[in-house]
Amino acid sequence: MSDQVNDEPLTGDAPDPDTDPYGIPLGEATDGEGRVFTASGGDWDDIAEEVSSLGEERIVVNMGPQHPSTHGVLRLILELDGETVTEARCGVGYLHTGIEKNMEYRTWTQGVTFCTRMDYLTPLFQETAYCLGVEKLLGITDDVPERATVVRVMLMELNRVASHLVALATGGMEIGALTVMTVGFRERERILKLFELITGLRMNHAFIRPGGLAQDIPPGTLDAVRDTLPGLRKGISDIEKLSNENPLVKARLIDTGYLDLTGCMALGVTGPVLRSTGLPHDLRRATPYCGYETYDFDVITWDTADAYGRMRIRIEEMKESLKIVEQCLVRLEKPGPVMVGDRKIAWPSQLAIGSDGMGNSLDHIKEIMGQSMEALIHHFKLVTEGFRVPSGQVYVGIESARGELGVHLVSDGGTRPYRAHFRDPSFVNLQAVAAVAEGGVIADVVIAVASLDPVLGGVDR
Amino acid sequence: MTANDAPAPDETSPDETSPDETSPDRHDVGNLPATTAAEAEVIDVRHGMFGAHGSGDTSGFGGLRRTVNLPGPTERPYGGDFDVVADTLTAALASAGLTFDAVVEKVVVDRGELTFSVRREHIVTTVQVMRDDPDLRFESCSSLSGVHYPNDAGRELHAVYHLLSVTHGRRVRLEVACPDDDPHIPSVVSVYPTADWQEREAWDFFGIQFDGHPALTRIEMPDDWPGHPQRKDYPLGGIPVEYKGATIPPADTRRSYS
Repeated sequence: MSDQVNDEPLTGDAPDPDTDPYGIPLGEATDGEGRVFTASGGDWDDIAEEVSSLGEERIVVNMGPQHPSTHGVLRLILELDGETVTEARCGVGYLHTGIEKNMEYRTWTQGVTFCTRMDYLTPLFQETAYCLGVEKLLGITDDVPERATVVRVMLMELNRVASHLVALATGGMEIGALTVMTVGFRERERILKLFELITGLRMNHAFIRPGGLAQDIPPGTLDAVRDTLPGLRKGISDIEKLSNENPLVKARLIDTGYLDLTGCMALGVTGPVLRSTGLPHDLRRATPYCGYETYDFDVITWDTADAYGRMRIRIEEMKESLKIVEQCLVRLEKPGPVMVGDRKIAWPSQLAIGSDGMGNSLDHIKEIMGQSMEALIHHFKLVTEGFRVPSGQVYVGIESARGELGVHLVSDGGTRPYRAHFRDPSFVNLQAVAAVAEGGVIADVVIAVASLDPVLGGVDR
Repeated sequence: MTANDAPAPDETSPDETSPDETSPDRHDVGNLPATTAAEAEVIDVRHGMFGAHGSGDTSGFGGLRRTVNLPGPTERPYGGDFDVVADTLTAALASAGLTFDAVVEKVVVDRGELTFSVRREHIVTTVQVMRDDPDLRFESCSSLSGVHYPNDAGRELHAVYHLLSVTHGRRVRLEVACPDDDPHIPSVVSVYPTADWQEREAWDFFGIQFDGHPALTRIEMPDDWPGHPQRKDYPLGGIPVEYKGATIPPADTRRSYS
């Protein structure tokens, strides 16, 4: 049945609130609401007919959390007057996994493994921000080797390109530009192949560690990155040609999702959305970290404050990121260490891929199993107990693909974070949904949300 | 006699609590750098080495005591342009009819970051002048979150605000404490609308009630969820995990390095 009406109270035993936190007490399901129509399967016309027979024009529609164009499990609660959105509210939390709480029960090094899973399109930004925070707490920011920092910058910029490609690809798909989608994902695949070469994984890398990197980049990386860049440039230019002057894209995107500078600052919106208002605020320039002040790149701005401007900014930012990657390649020609020298922080083994295809370190195993019991004890203590971090708190903000990614870390002097809070740009930017969607038509909600580019893994954490 | 029958060292012989043991200098465990207990803020005292208690610690480390200190207050000069920020804030508060000492309990400069501990009744006035004064101009509240210090009596819950000035390129941290049995802090949504969801998150996870918030509801957890999960006293592992007959204890009751 398509037009079920929940007039009947639910049957069955009342759930025990102590054991079932999700349980709805009997009789409350229909209290305080109007008629609820469940539209799953069946004929939409039947529902529309029944609603119109009630004489109510105001309809509240739940868009999501499984709707394909909400970029994950975002639930939009839209109040409609005809096709016009009169009120838009967000429901989030469907992907909440308690990552911040989990981090409090793992060592500082293991924290990387958790935070990389937050915003699954920008894992390397979370890793870098977290490690910069831990290093600041340890007071070893200046001891991190130059090569490790350059590799971090290169990985972050490649990650920015990959994330923007997904933003453009899914945003294009939602307005019917399917070729933009296929090109976007095809080009992102090149970057994921590089990530797999360098870190071993396509996502959830846990490659950047407090003090440096898990291991050095493997031989042949620089050539692989260099060979990838021309193809990426060609792909980005394909997207440009498909989108920039496309009359359909322009008709849908221009003046859609408008949010001016005042709105952005009040709502704390950062990243490409803020720069589309013309303010060149980019933390890579405003409060440089990882040596960004030594790289040559431009902060891209636009002045239309709409979805079209944000699309153009993302395309241009990808080109700037590739410029930075090229500068990184030159700096990486010189070999060097990728981890701080402090043996109390750096894990002892440098893993390499063994003949069995698994990560291993034969020399290190030989030493700890056959030669030095002290080395074995040290290895065991460092890996199971971890290192202690002096008490205090720090905040580190970096420019992720979506805006300011902030990490607030509190240490109590122990081997685990006392509190780790991530200020995720998607979470804060998503507050702007009401501002960009209300007053428009329902079809533009999809474009407005896509231009904010939220990733629900980051929102819910 | 099995290992479990052995008395736990932390509840045994009185000779273990020698005068040396209780002196505040006994907190240098592991490779912790020495902190002077006089200037640091003590928020907790940890016993033993492995966190979990009551399981018969036979390691011999049960007598260890470690005080947990947070960096203590800093005296002037704060260094950098932190003095400028403090002076400007003093002047701006004066024009609002308040003195700096009445508003700010404590100033901490640690690791190149400036923290003002603000009394909770003045937090809205403080962020208002910090946003509006042309020489401060903290336009944006980057981040707002909670921290729970269960053993810091009377100041268990902290709300931490990170303000960013795009104009001057500065960051400053404000910290507001409130007791567990009166978890109320005035909401700053009227000054920073971006704090809306972040205050909801702090309410959801820590149970801090932000008075004056337009709609303080849970945001990440389901609406009818009992408790506030990121508080330190919230039990983990409500569902025992069983694997081939053995039960895995939840993370907060396992042994860990305290």
